[in-house]
Amino acid sequence: MPDSFFTHAPEWRWWIVFYFFIGGIAGGAFALAALLRLFGQPGDRPISRLGYYIAFPGSIISGILLILDLKRPERFWHMLIQSETFRPAFKWWSPISVGSWGLLAFGFFSFLAFVGALAEIGWLPRGLSGLIQGRLGVAVNVLGGLSGFFLAGYTGVLLSTTNRPLWSDTVWLGLLFLVSGFSTGAALLLLLSWRSNTPTIRWLKELDTWTLMLELVVLVILLASVGMAVLRPVLFNAWGVLLLVGVVLVGILVPIALHFRPVLGRLTVPSAAVLVLVGGFILRVVMLLSSEAV
Amino acid sequence: MAEPMGFFTDTSVCIGCKACEVACKAWNQLPARNGGKVQLSGISYDNTVELNGIQWRHVKFIEDFTPDRSTERWLMMSDVCKHCVQAACLEVCPTGAIIRTEFDTVVIQQNVCNGCRSCIAACPFGVIEINPETNTAMKCTLCYDRLQAGMVPACAQACPTQSIQFGPISELRQRAQQRLEQLHAAGVMQARLYGHDESILGGLNAFYLLLDEPGKYGLPANPQLPSRNLAPSAALSAAGAVALGLLGLVGLRKQRMDRLAAEERGQGEGSHAG
Repeated sequence: MPDSFFTHAPEWRWWIVFYFFIGGIAGGAFALAALLRLFGQPGDRPISRLGYYIAFPGSIISGILLILDLKRPERFWHMLIQSETFRPAFKWWSPISVGSWGLLAFGFFSFLAFVGALAEIGWLPRGLSGLIQGRLGVAVNVLGGLSGFFLAGYTGVLLSTTNRPLWSDTVWLGLLFLVSGFSTGAALLLLLSWRSNTPTIRWLKELDTWTLMLELVVLVILLASVGMAVLRPVLFNAWGVLLLVGVVLVGILVPIALHFRPVLGRLTVPSAAVLVLVGGFILRVVMLLSSEAV
Repeated sequence: MAEPMGFFTDTSVCIGCKACEVACKAWNQLPARNGGKVQLSGISYDNTVELNGIQWRHVKFIEDFTPDRSTERWLMMSDVCKHCVQAACLEVCPTGAIIRTEFDTVVIQQNVCNGCRSCIAACPFGVIEINPETNTAMKCTLCYDRLQAGMVPACAQACPTQSIQFGPISELRQRAQQRLEQLHAAGVMQARLYGHDESILGGLNAFYLLLDEPGKYGLPANPQLPSRNLAPSAALSAAGAVALGLLGLVGLRKQRMDRLAAEERGQGEGSHAG
């Protein structure tokens, strides 16, 4: 029996599944918005604002989900501040510690961008639009984009930095979750803006298709890296079927096929986006709960 | 710092009396029931089944049959937190709740733990669980309170066969080596020590004399620290972030080139005026 099977399950279940999914979308959406702001055209601004509108609420929901998952939620602040000395609690080698600070940073920058976006459309004083424009805007977008990438990917690194079956038997989970966060972030942006046919939408569609292909490659490498001794008890069951059907077929292959053959007419783009989101969610479900079930 | 202290558990003399389990529960005031459920496993003589938040000592009853079931034997082992010199739980704990004491043992501070459960996923031996009464992670403290008062841990004091021996690690290692040689001389060639040297997680401060392979006792052959995956996993993710960023930039550049080409042909981009 592989060594990872002698361990106990931490019982990270649905709160964490939803956190991984929503955190990934929020991080991916902000990273895409930041790319559009920093390197795009003025015409890309509506979509980048949409990215900010997704990212900030996503960071709030992420924090709430993480707190709810704690067995002692009232002590959530122990993640950031040492309860005995009231000094900052930070361990760079503990993914949960780094992740707590990463989520805080992401929440901060996504809040600034959120305020900036509302100012840009006139809902808040115009002066605040400087948060996403000019030099300050560059700083907010660079730092927020980096923390967005971090938020999408560190969750997989966190799972690998354990001794549990599947999670600790591969080092590819962080990359897989990062790519999936990026693709689901793009999918939600597409779903919310599919009626317009701007160059930005075409860019998003292209990018999402490429990202899905990359996700498939990473998933195959991940499964190969795990090895049969672990795959057999963990994924050669209903979880494996769910992974093949829900993630590979529904969440990756069908959306790619729809990109190249838009058989559903005007509904092709939103349909593909919904499938990508469903696949991204099932990916978190399978990766988390299949190991928990061992 | 005081001298490193620990347990040497000689499974060859364990008789499965569970005095250690009872003494541990009594001293540490651990509930007999798990969240109100009456615990009877219905298998073997083992009604506690595992180490967890309310069972910090667990006597394993291993019924060992040959494949043709012509011969059988009982293997017994009083399992406990290993108090690893390189402790996985301590490594991942984000709150600093898990500390190393002056006795080189590993203790979870109950007033700090917030129940994130990363230590449960990290422990290669499956020692830690949430105590349902406190909702914090719990495990053997090696009777930290008794050690501070110069007393022997409750389980070692209660053990009637000296299967559980407590003392300075250096002394226990010598004793274990002598016992191993004695067993080998008596023809028990399968006898072996587990965790007595630095090959396993820098040394286990609760180490064992086993009568078969570690796997038979539910112990991992080569337990490792979770951090072994941290750098490669993080590096791959960072590389992925760069790749995705470049993918986005290439697309934006292509979009820009198309727009410029269209403008050169004298076509306006009405829909893309922003």
